[in-house]
Parts: sequence; structure tokens; C-alpha cells
Amino acid sequence: MSKPTLALYWAASCGGCEIAVLDVEEKILDVAAFFDIVFWPCAMDFKYKDVEAMPDGSIDLCLFNGAIRTSENELLAHLLRKKAKVLVAFGSCAMEGCIPGLANLTTKQAIFEWAYKESPSTVNTNGAAPVPRYAAPEGELEIPEFYESVRTLSQVVPVDYFIPGCPPQAPQILAVMTAIMTGAQLPPPGAVLGAGEKSCCEECGRVRKEKRLKRFYRPWEIEAKADECLLDQGIICMGPATRSGCGALCVKANMPCRGCYGAAPNVADQGIKMISALSSVIDSQDAGEINRILDQIPDPVGTFYRFSVPASMLHRRQA
Amino acid sequence: MSKNGDRFEPRIVGFLCNWCSYTGADLAGVSRMKSAPNLRIIRVMCSGRVDPSFILRAFQLGADGVLVAGCHPGDCHYQEGNFKALRRSLLLKRVLGGFGVDERRLRLEWISASEGEKFARVSTEFTEEIRALGPLKLETAMIPLAELEREEVPA
Repeated sequence: MSKPTLALYWAASCGGCEIAVLDVEEKILDVAAFFDIVFWPCAMDFKYKDVEAMPDGSIDLCLFNGAIRTSENELLAHLLRKKAKVLVAFGSCAMEGCIPGLANLTTKQAIFEWAYKESPSTVNTNGAAPVPRYAAPEGELEIPEFYESVRTLSQVVPVDYFIPGCPPQAPQILAVMTAIMTGAQLPPPGAVLGAGEKSCCEECGRVRKEKRLKRFYRPWEIEAKADECLLDQGIICMGPATRSGCGALCVKANMPCRGCYGAAPNVADQGIKMISALSSVIDSQDAGEINRILDQIPDPVGTFYRFSVPASMLHRRQA
Repeated sequence: MSKNGDRFEPRIVGFLCNWCSYTGADLAGVSRMKSAPNLRIIRVMCSGRVDPSFILRAFQLGADGVLVAGCHPGDCHYQEGNFKALRRSLLLKRVLGGFGVDERRLRLEWISASEGEKFARVSTEFTEEIRALGPLKLETAMIPLAELEREEVPA
């Protein structure tokens, strides 16, 4: 009998999800022995035409990481959706947009201005900027179109499962892969795999007290006590609004949760949940004082939506 | 839009607390006070019950402005629900601004049960303010189609 087939693809992402797959260490050999890897551009040489030549639905499992930022990302999302029986949005970028999704707070034009002209490290004396088509002496060259907005995978094609995390943690990846390889019954499509069903606070061992905050600190402004809730100490920790599953890794390293595992279960919008949580613990009833306290959060959108602007209820900055 | 010549008629959602503001609106009604008809009222038990996601949902589904009204400070039926509403609205306004939504589209007011006149004034004032701001055109192209179809709201 032939082996089940596996495809891994990266769209707009940093590559960390690809490394996370290898973080399962020697167990990757079991994965490679169980599956026939038919497409993994990061690790092996495949061409898009190889995928196009596969029969529809012939890939048993496709782990798709990265957001949809360019026409190439979108093309591959549609192609892999067609070829894969089970399409998984793997990692925060594919699931909710993640760091590339912060681009939705500005415009394509502003990004190009900065990247190709204004940034201090840019040397671009002839003002070159990418264009989708260019007539070179050897013939016409074409590069993918850069879209105005970043989208999540499920905003482009139907997705079967979601594995959160920036990146997904190796033990969680291994648990999902093992479940698939042993033929365990998977939950109905649309489910989040490889994560918990509570908030990150459930996995955090710090002692929580009644929160009453008059001052917010950024992590470098205060020496955080090792055993007390970071939010109690005034450090904005996204734990209350974030899905469990990572094992509260950052918090164990004395750094606040940044929210990479996405919105907690049954939460429509992670940032909004955090607004709600923080509003409950600010210790003031005076508008002026509340505003002075809120001034200590320099970038509310970037803080509450660091990983989820495209998946949020507003999706992007409105024109 | 435009049932009234070419004038833009804003759609405004008002979350009014049961104990003060809704009763105040009721008073405005029975006293036959004139006010703009643009406000669609939703009665909630407390302004502190209004989760910020309700407000975003209203914007997402076509509201041009959202009014949250509760008891005056110190008068909250649940002691401090209205202070929660105050803190939420101040933080949410900052986030709305970050997403390019004019923060004036969200308004918090204290309206007591005896302030029918204030309710009428606020709803008219707010309607005019939103009319001047124009319609809120949220970019909905990114919302999955199925979700929009399910939640289509008639004008």
C-alpha cells in the first residue's frame, strides 16, 4: 500500500514554522517514514508544476503556514486547497495574520515608500521599485503582485483545521502528527488542533491577586517578581485573552504573554477581549486619570493585536 | 441612505441601561419630546454589560455610530458598572483610532431616568455629529462571504 502524502508550504511567513516542524527532533524521521512528502519547497526541490500535475485531492495532509500577502500566496492557497484532502492553517500567520498582518495598519504605498526609499538602510539611487511586469532584453519578467491587505488562509480558501502559535510548539505539533499517524478520530473540521481549550493563564503558575492597576509598565521599566502574576505587577500580559497550549513559555521566562496562540476559545476578537479585561482592572473612576493611565500603553493596537489584525473584527485600518 | 432627499441618514445603535437611560428615553417618549429617529435602541441591564465586541459588531453590521448610555457616576444600580463602561470606552476609542475609525463614532453619555430632555438632545446631537462625519464604510471584502450572508441586516 502506498504511504499517505504530506505537503508543507510557506506563504507570507518568516520561516519559523518550518523550523518548528523540525523541532520535533528525531521524531521527524517517523513523520518522514510514515508520509510520502510530495511538496516542501523549504526543504526539498519541488516545482509548482509538479503540484499542478497531481490529481485533485491526492495530498492527504497539507500544512500551510504563512499569511496571504501576494498573488503567489493566493495562487498556492487555491492550488493546495484543490490538491489536499485536509488543509491545515499551520501557525499564527496562516491562522490570524500574525506579524505580517500588522501591515494592515498601514498601506501598500507607505510600505513601499519605506522599504524602497525612506528607511535609513536603503540605498536606492535610481529609485527602483518592484513592478509586477518588466520588459527585460531577454523577455518579459513577471513577479507576484503585492496586495493592499494581508489575509488569513481561511479568508481565501476553506480551511479544515487550525494549529495556532508563533510558531506552534514542537510537543503540540508532535501530538497532532501522532494523532493523525495513528488514525485517531479528529474533531470536526473547523476545529483548532494542538492547543488547549482555556486561556494561557490556566497554564501559568504565578500567583494571582485581585487586580487594581494605576500604572502600566513596559517589561524593561520594572524588575518583575518571579512568582506574581505579571498583569498584577502592571506589565501588560495577553494571557487572559490568549488560548492555552504553549505551556506559558514566555511567562516562565519572566516575559509577558504576547498572544501568539490567538484568541481564547469562543472569543471573536482577541484584542477586544483584552480591552475588556484591562478596563476591568484599572483602578480609577475619573476620566482624566484613566486617560493618564492609558497613556502608559504606547501602542494599544500593536499590543492587543500583535498577531491578529487580519483576523480581527475590523481586519485592517480603514481608509 | 437618502430617504430624505440626498441627506445622509445615519444608522445609530444605542445601548441604554435599564435603570436610568432607557427609562430616560421612555420619559422622552411619553413626554412627546422631539428627537432624531436615527437611534435604534437596545436595552441592556447595565452600561457595564456592553462588551466592546458588541460595539464592534454594530459597526461591522452597518452602524455609523454607537451610543452607550448609563446612570450618572455614583448612581449605578450595580454600584460601578458605569465606571467599567467609562474605562472601556476610553480604551476602545484609542483602538478605534488605531484602526482608522473616527473615535467620535462611539459616544458615552450619562442619562438619568428623569432626563428625558437630555436623551432627546443627545440623540439629536449625536445624529447630527454622525451625519457630518458621513457613512462609516468598513472594508468588508475580507470577511468570509458566508459570514456576511448570514448576518445581512436590512437597512
